[in-house]
Amino acid sequence: MPSAPAGTLYRGREGMWSWVAHRVTGVLIFFFLLVHVLDTALVRVSPEAYNAVISTYQTEIMGLGEAGLVAAIVFHAFNGIRIILVDFWAKGPKYQRVMLWVVIGLFAVTMAGFLPRHLMNVFSGGH
Amino acid sequence: MAAGTPDLAAPREAYRRKKSTRTNYELYGWVFMRASGVVLLVLIFGHLFVNLMVGDGVHAIDFAFVGGKWTSPFWQVWDLLMLWLAMIHGTNGVRTIINDYAERDTTRLVLKLALYLAFTIVVVAGTLVIFTFSPCPVGADPSLLPSVCFS
Ligand code: HEM
Ligand code: HEM
Repeated sequence: MPSAPAGTLYRGREGMWSWVAHRVTGVLIFFFLLVHVLDTALVRVSPEAYNAVISTYQTEIMGLGEAGLVAAIVFHAFNGIRIILVDFWAKGPKYQRVMLWVVIGLFAVTMAGFLPRHLMNVFSGGH
Repeated sequence: MAAGTPDLAAPREAYRRKKSTRTNYELYGWVFMRASGVVLLVLIFGHLFVNLMVGDGVHAIDFAFVGGKWTSPFWQVWDLLMLWLAMIHGTNGVRTIINDYAERDTTRLVLKLALYLAFTIVVVAGTLVIFTFSPCPVGADPSLLPSVCFS
C-alpha cells in the first residue's frame, strides 16, 4: 500500500471530528459486543453462573460504564443517520454541518431522557 | 511558458475508469453498512429500552429475566437479527479501519484473521445460545427460574 503523500487530507472542523467520533464509538461498541455475547452465553452453563457474572455488572461503577456505552451508541446511531442523509439526500452535503448540530441536539434530548432513570436504578440500589 | 505546457489528454478521448478490484464487494459492503444501520437503530434502541428503562432497569436482569424473554419467539428473532446484523456491520467497519491504518501486508493479514476468528466464534456461540437455551433446566434451583416453569 502506498504511504500518504506529503501534507494531509484531514481537514478538521465538524466534518472530520464527527468522523473521528463515529470511528471511535464504532470500535468501542464492537468490543463491548464481543464480551456481551460471551457473557450472555453463560445462561447455557447454569442459572448460578449467569447470575454470578451479571451481579458483578450491577455495581455503581459499571452503571456509569453502561451510561457511557449508551452515550456511544446514541451518538453513533444518530450520526450514522446523518451519514446516510449526506450520501443519499441531494441537499445532504450542503447541510452536513447543520445536521451535526441536529445530531448533538437529539443526543442531548435522548440522554436527558435516559440518564436520570438509569442513574436512579443504579444508585438507589434495586437489590 | 510553452515549455511548461501540461500534458493534457486529447479531447474527446473515451473516458476509462481503471478498476482496482475484480468484484463489487466494496459497493455491497457500503450499501450494507447503511441498510443494516437503519435496522440496528430500531433493534438496539428497543433492546436498551426494555433492558435498562422498564421496571428496575439493570437490577432486574438475571437468569429468570432472560428466560422470560427467550421463551417468546418474538425476542428470539429480535436478538438473532441484532446479533447477526451488529456483528457483520461491526466486523466490516473494523475491517475498513484495519485497511486504513495497518500499512504492512503481514500486519493487515494477521489483524484480519484475528477479526474473522472473533466474528465466527461470537456469531456461532450467540446463535447456538438462542436456539439451544432452556428456560427451565432440570435440577436447577427453582428460585432462580422464570415463572413460565411453574405454570
Ligand atoms: C448496558 C446495556 C445492555 C444491557 C444491560 C444488555 C442486556 C442484555 C441481556 C439481559 C440479554 C439477554 C437476552 C435479552 O435480554 O434479550 C442481551 C442479549 C443480547 N444483547 Fe444486550 N444489553 C446491553 C447492550 C447491548 C448493545 C449495545 C448491543 C448491540 C451492540 C447488544 C446486543 C445484544 C445481543 C446481540 C444479544 C443476544 C446475545 C446472544 O445471541 O446470545 N446489547 N443483552
Ligand atoms: C445503532 C445503529 C447504527 C447505525 C445507524 C450505524 C451506522 C453506521 C454508518 C452509516 C456507518 C458508515 C459506514 C461508511 O462510512 O461507509 C457506520 C460505520 C461503522 N459502524 Fe455503525 N451503525 C450502527 C450501529 C453499530 C454497531 C452496533 C457497531 C458495532 C458492533 C457499529 C460499528 C461500526 C464501525 C466499526 C464502523 C466503521 C467506522 C469507520 O469506518 O470509520 N455500528 N455505522
